[in-house]
Amino acid sequence: MKPPRFEYFAPRALDEALTLLAGHGDRAKLLAGGQSLIPLLNFRLAHPEALIDINRIPELAGIRADDGGVAMGALTRQHAVERSEAVRTRVPIVAEACRLIGHLPIRHRGTIGGNLAHADPASELPAVMLALEAQLTVASTKGTRTLPADGFFVGPLSTALQTGEMLTEIRVPGLPARTGGAFVEMARRAGDYALVGVAALVTLDASGRCRRARVALCGVGPTPIRAGAAEDALVGQAPAGAALDEAASRAAAATSPSSDLHASADFRRKLARHFARQAIATAAQRAGGA
Amino acid sequence: MPRTVLIGLNVNGVRHEVNVEPRWLLVDVIREVLGLTGTHIGCEHGVCGTCTVLVNGETARSCLMLAVGADGAEILTVEGLSRGDHLHPLQEAFREAQGLQCGFCTPGMLMLAHELLRDNPAPSEQEIREAISANLCRCTGYQGIVEAVRLAAARQATGVSAG
Repeated sequence: MKPPRFEYFAPRALDEALTLLAGHGDRAKLLAGGQSLIPLLNFRLAHPEALIDINRIPELAGIRADDGGVAMGALTRQHAVERSEAVRTRVPIVAEACRLIGHLPIRHRGTIGGNLAHADPASELPAVMLALEAQLTVASTKGTRTLPADGFFVGPLSTALQTGEMLTEIRVPGLPARTGGAFVEMARRAGDYALVGVAALVTLDASGRCRRARVALCGVGPTPIRAGAAEDALVGQAPAGAALDEAASRAAAATSPSSDLHASADFRRKLARHFARQAIATAAQRAGGA
Repeated sequence: MPRTVLIGLNVNGVRHEVNVEPRWLLVDVIREVLGLTGTHIGCEHGVCGTCTVLVNGETARSCLMLAVGADGAEILTVEGLSRGDHLHPLQEAFREAQGLQCGFCTPGMLMLAHELLRDNPAPSEQEIREAISANLCRCTGYQGIVEAVRLAAARQATGVSAG
């Protein structure tokens, strides 16, 4: 169980990496934190002809304040995201979800861009980015384009990235005043992939009614799922009682879970309802400053 | 002959220059090339954690890193914990509190505990459990491991070390 042979490149600058990527196309793999790719290489489930190691490109890592939100380089380690003051004060839900990725040794190496580009349907951050309506910057030798998180995840382990393109930056817009967020999940053991995870953002108006809501789930379909119907059920309502129940039911109805060794589809749907309610209620509580 | 790359690794304070194939895993270079077999290799896909070492001061799974990617890094393995024949306080605590049974997971557990007590000298039991949850012990000896880390933390706090 060792990686197959590949040609190895360690570019020092982004344009150099993009040129290599353009030259090798689908036969190349980008190596960032390696926490998903190296297991695939060790099992020989991936056989790239070329491995382009982007770890020595400093311009790809780092977090900066961006308007009211944050911009994170794709190579930023998950542990750095989790600890970032800008992230914790501006978009704390990102730090809350990051803490649930794997374990500390995984988060020391794993990157935020690698997590999103790998697009595991049970992964936490893709759902969080859907809820936050993040913008993803993608570069190739032809230039850069910006993709909304909604639409980036097209299937299990599959994204809207085209051959020759690299995810370079994740921009998360700032949140309106009186907004609270929460990410909650159920995993069989700490650090495991979520059976179900829910990201919720709730913005309250002066009277304590919900002005704006965002709900997204992971682990319950081929991609992360934005539950628009659940959001609609909340707007204009006080986020409690029947409104919460209705939103949670709609969130569960938006899922399409499958059964596996760990949980049946029915159980996952029940978990989705339960954790959607919990995430929305917690987000609303935090929005109220409680 | 496959192409090799010359890399420099500082392992437990000793500088090594090694020719590696780019596909070689860091754990294999540590064990097979440098002969430091204290770091164990188990699942080889980042689940069991027995290959955990510190890379530039942070725990990492050495089966999920290419050695070529560690060029220039400072690495601490379990061999770097003891001082000559003197066990590290964590190792003493593991021995006394039965923090090991078969010993296979021990090097990874020690490295996790080492980082934990460095960054959080007085961890709660919950924090100890969370830290060691990264690694698997198939003897199911977790209770002894938790006890050992608590013992080491308590001794570190009072400056007492068993002899």
